[in-house]
Amino acid sequence: MQLGNHISQRYSQSLEAIRSQVLKMGGLVESQAENALTALLERNEELATQVASLDYTINKMEVDIDDECVQVIARRQPTAGDLRLVIAVVKVITDLERIGDEAEKIGIYSIKLARKQTITGMHSELSHLGHLVIKMLHDALDSFARMDTDLALQIVGMSEEVNKEFNSLSRLLITHMMEDPRNIKDVLKVTWCARSLARIGDHSVNIGEYVIFLVKGKDIRHTKIDDVIANHFPDR
Amino acid sequence: MNDTIPICRVKGEHTLDGEDIYSDEQDPVLLRARVGMVFQKPNPFPKSIYDNVAYGARLHGLTTNKSELNDLVEASLIKAGLFKEVKDDLLKPGTGLSGGQQQRLCIARAIAVDPEVILMDEPTSALDPIATATIEELMDELKENYTIAIVTHSMQQAARVSQRTAYFHMGKLVEVNDTSKVFTNPEHQLTENYITGRFG
Repeated sequence: MQLGNHISQRYSQSLEAIRSQVLKMGGLVESQAENALTALLERNEELATQVASLDYTINKMEVDIDDECVQVIARRQPTAGDLRLVIAVVKVITDLERIGDEAEKIGIYSIKLARKQTITGMHSELSHLGHLVIKMLHDALDSFARMDTDLALQIVGMSEEVNKEFNSLSRLLITHMMEDPRNIKDVLKVTWCARSLARIGDHSVNIGEYVIFLVKGKDIRHTKIDDVIANHFPDR
Repeated sequence: MNDTIPICRVKGEHTLDGEDIYSDEQDPVLLRARVGMVFQKPNPFPKSIYDNVAYGARLHGLTTNKSELNDLVEASLIKAGLFKEVKDDLLKPGTGLSGGQQQRLCIARAIAVDPEVILMDEPTSALDPIATATIEELMDELKENYTIAIVTHSMQQAARVSQRTAYFHMGKLVEVNDTSKVFTNPEHQLTENYITGRFG
């Protein structure tokens, strides 16, 4: 799958510009998510405040890229691979923007949790879920940048693992609340953070699905992973 | 047409309902009644609007009296979406109409003999966008009753009007598929390059 080589150089340039803007947005979203997790785990109030205040940059990038895509559709009437690129980009940046929102939420809760030194015990589990979804996000962006469907498929396959991690974390947090009801208020905040982390994983899975759509032209959403492999990845 | 050119060679098979159209038994006049044609440049006969549409019916003896012929001309002009505009001018020359109207007149002439297939060779390339839209709208209605094969250089037009798209390159059929597939996920790299504007 290629982006360039149009007879109209300018067309190739606009598609390339859109793609590189998505990668830039992805980089920013990734660092926001990483910082949110670090702020949460290390109780770093300053970093948490920074994360909570940077979301507008991501929102603006989404609007700008959307606009570029509308322009390309209106002026170039993209088809085939070019059309799939534009559609995939519009979808990917929606998920990236939502990941930015989740990072912002984690940032806001982390500011409050940073002052509560009493909440302990769940950080190792949070860390596990957190690093899992950050890796998924990283790989999702990587698969988009390199148009790597095998990597994208791996991310799609990790959806179950995120659910498992989140469920076991939820059970742990419920135990904490039952042990001492005075913890409920703060443990709920931790629960929301865990929820946000899980959502970052879900959005990364979506991005993986769009990459497969972009490269192979196959829509694999809401399909069992085994069926996806059987139908679209015969070599695996 | 090809029969009149001594050096003309035809390779491969060209069939209509399973019959080879180049076989010696095939009567070209009857064949033309089964296959209507509309060309790039509107080519009405230098006759009245009425005579243009009535021409095929008279040639093939499709009607037995004047009133039947009147009905056929009217019905064909209605199907071609032209009747309202020309109903008071049926005896005026067809060549006096606008380009888009002339093209619809040619379509009316083609469908008057009730063909099985209508071949359209770039039917809108000489028309403005509004006349083009009218012809495309007409094609959309006609496709209920006729098979239309259209040749077009406009990728967007192929995507808009067709159900199946075939891509030819240097005289070879590269790919034929559902239009929805060809324009989103073509099977052949040559097709992809062509429809995305990657070579001339």
